[in-house]
Amino acid sequence: MSDVPYTLELKDIKKSFGDVDVIHGIDLAIEEGKFVVFVGPSGCGKSTLLRLIAGLDDPSSGGIFLKGNRVNEVPASERGLSMVFQSYALYPHMSVRANLSFGLENIRMPREQIKRRVDDAAKLLQIDQLLERRPGQLSGGQRQRVAIGRAIVREPVIFLFDEPLSNLDAELRLQMRVEISNLHATLGNTMIYVTHDQIEAMTMADRIVVLRGGNIEQVGKPLDLYNNPANKFVAGFIGAPQMNFMAGSLNGQTLILDNGITREVPVSEPGNGSAVTLGIRPEAIEVSLKGEGDEQIKVQNFEQLGSVTYIYGTFNNGESLTVQLAQQIPLQRGQMIGVTLRTNDFHIFGGEEEISLPMDR
Amino acid sequence: MGRLGTFLTRTRGNPETADKLGITDYLAYGYLLLGILIILVPVCWTFLSSIKPERAIDNFDTRVLPIAQIQSEIEGVGVKPIWKYTDEDGTVTDVFKAGPTRKLTDVAPVSDPENVSKVERKRLVPSEELRLATENYLDPLLKRKGQENFHFATYLFNSVFVTVAATLITLLINAMAAFALSKYQFKGRLTFTLLIVATLLIPSSIILVSLFFVVWTFGIFGSLWGVIIPAAATPTGVFLLRQYMLTIPDELLEAARMDSASEWRIFWRIIIPLSLPALSVLAILSVIWRWNDFLWPLIVLISDPAKHTIQLGLTQYAGEFDQDFHYILAMTVVSLLPITLVFMWLQRFITTGIATTGLK
Repeated sequence: MSDVPYTLELKDIKKSFGDVDVIHGIDLAIEEGKFVVFVGPSGCGKSTLLRLIAGLDDPSSGGIFLKGNRVNEVPASERGLSMVFQSYALYPHMSVRANLSFGLENIRMPREQIKRRVDDAAKLLQIDQLLERRPGQLSGGQRQRVAIGRAIVREPVIFLFDEPLSNLDAELRLQMRVEISNLHATLGNTMIYVTHDQIEAMTMADRIVVLRGGNIEQVGKPLDLYNNPANKFVAGFIGAPQMNFMAGSLNGQTLILDNGITREVPVSEPGNGSAVTLGIRPEAIEVSLKGEGDEQIKVQNFEQLGSVTYIYGTFNNGESLTVQLAQQIPLQRGQMIGVTLRTNDFHIFGGEEEISLPMDR
Repeated sequence: MGRLGTFLTRTRGNPETADKLGITDYLAYGYLLLGILIILVPVCWTFLSSIKPERAIDNFDTRVLPIAQIQSEIEGVGVKPIWKYTDEDGTVTDVFKAGPTRKLTDVAPVSDPENVSKVERKRLVPSEELRLATENYLDPLLKRKGQENFHFATYLFNSVFVTVAATLITLLINAMAAFALSKYQFKGRLTFTLLIVATLLIPSSIILVSLFFVVWTFGIFGSLWGVIIPAAATPTGVFLLRQYMLTIPDELLEAARMDSASEWRIFWRIIIPLSLPALSVLAILSVIWRWNDFLWPLIVLISDPAKHTIQLGLTQYAGEFDQDFHYILAMTVVSLLPITLVFMWLQRFITTGIATTGLK
């Protein structure tokens, strides 16, 4: 027993399928009641990690601890977790009520208690009209609710969600996103949610875990990740539209970009002329229609959404730049406009790992 | 007639072109008709023959209807076939032959058996009647007319017991084997599957002797279990069920595991209900196999008539010198009835099973 208040701890977890290493030593601790989102591109090992936590797969090495107890050898059926699958995996031959109560019957809960829990969960998820139907007679969104309901009735230590919204259409996805967030607020359980969609991660998470190639790139609150990405990958992955990247070099405190811009930057450790990448978010760029500013870009395309305008342009050296403006301006394709990059919003990534360089601000 | 008529006059194509019978329609209906005839003609022929009087069958009378020469009891003579004699002036008399058939045959009228006269053979025609020979069925079933040794109820009970027990055991152990071979990862999974399927290549007559020794050693020779147990594990069944269970998504099993279900419960509550269509197919096959089985029950059960199945019971009518085909045919029809009913009942599950799986 350890006395740490962590619901779940992963210690140096590794997993390989045959000769292929999928997860290369992950350490992670999750506090009670947090909504944690595993996010990353496909193949980054996020679903595998979730299956290891669930007990559906066994790690090649490392320890999994639930409330301080090592559970590596505990089978999935005895870990007390519940999971919502990407395909929902509802039992097609059972009614919705039977789907919800199956897990409770397995742990030999008294009948009246099962009925009460199922009815409560059904009411919470607004599926109480559908209890006698079969999954085949439900729409996608309703199946999703039943799948979540099946997880809720167990009152698990941790909820695991494996890309649960990827089969829904855009509108429903938005609605279910809000509902799952509300559900977390209501129930207060620890939830682990896997997705490849960074918007889902940003909108729902207390903590985001960014994964790439079987390693954790960064763990943090959504806005921390947005404002202070640890490296170029996280910076590019979090945020839409994507952060702009420009190649250049750092000499002392002078940043010289390939597109002609030169700027003094308050880096903590002066550079020695090595190659760096400047990252700047689309909304940290000011635009001048008269062509004034650091540099001019040629407008290739633009999108006027009313409240927001997106401008897609290119520098003379061919590097592209996305600008997000919170206003409407008259634009034409092929037009030259001036752009000013705000130094305060610079992110400079250097070294082989393209780590964010610390700055004095 | 309305719905059946629509069904039977369906044609290819969309509603605009559908009322014209095209070449494909003729071919399709012709092909289906051929199939129906191939399947139905032997069964119908068996049934129609089973209601023919014994004399019609013994004479290889190929007329469809049960028409046979009348036989009557003649006082002081015995049972004789009746002939119609037409004399020169056209009067017809019922007569029977009082001697061997020659150019001029000795006949006597039925009404006056003593009055024998010679008539021309060509003027005699059989006196025939159309009659359902219900005695073909009733004699063995009611043990009339020397059929006391045909214990239909015993045979039926034995056949039903063997069929039901063997089918239940077959379904259970084949489903378990198929579950393991389709859903568990272990070394040699494919090897075992292939080995099991490979046994399909061994004809049962080759292993007959060794199977006899096995059954003898286990002490179930001569009992119904000696027929039931060797037949329980079928490679066909394991293969059929395994291929079907492969299509059940693994996520369902994982969901059940997350729902704290034991592997045993997963088998009973998830795998078995979802495999119902395949299980129905196997049940039908198994029922047909066990019901029609002849050679192996003959070996195991021949010594004890109280253990005979229907198929063994039927052999009583095929003697060395005499074949009671009218009884064989009638009892064959009776033995077809249960299996037909079973099929009609189970085939519903095949279609509804596919319809309710509900997986996309």
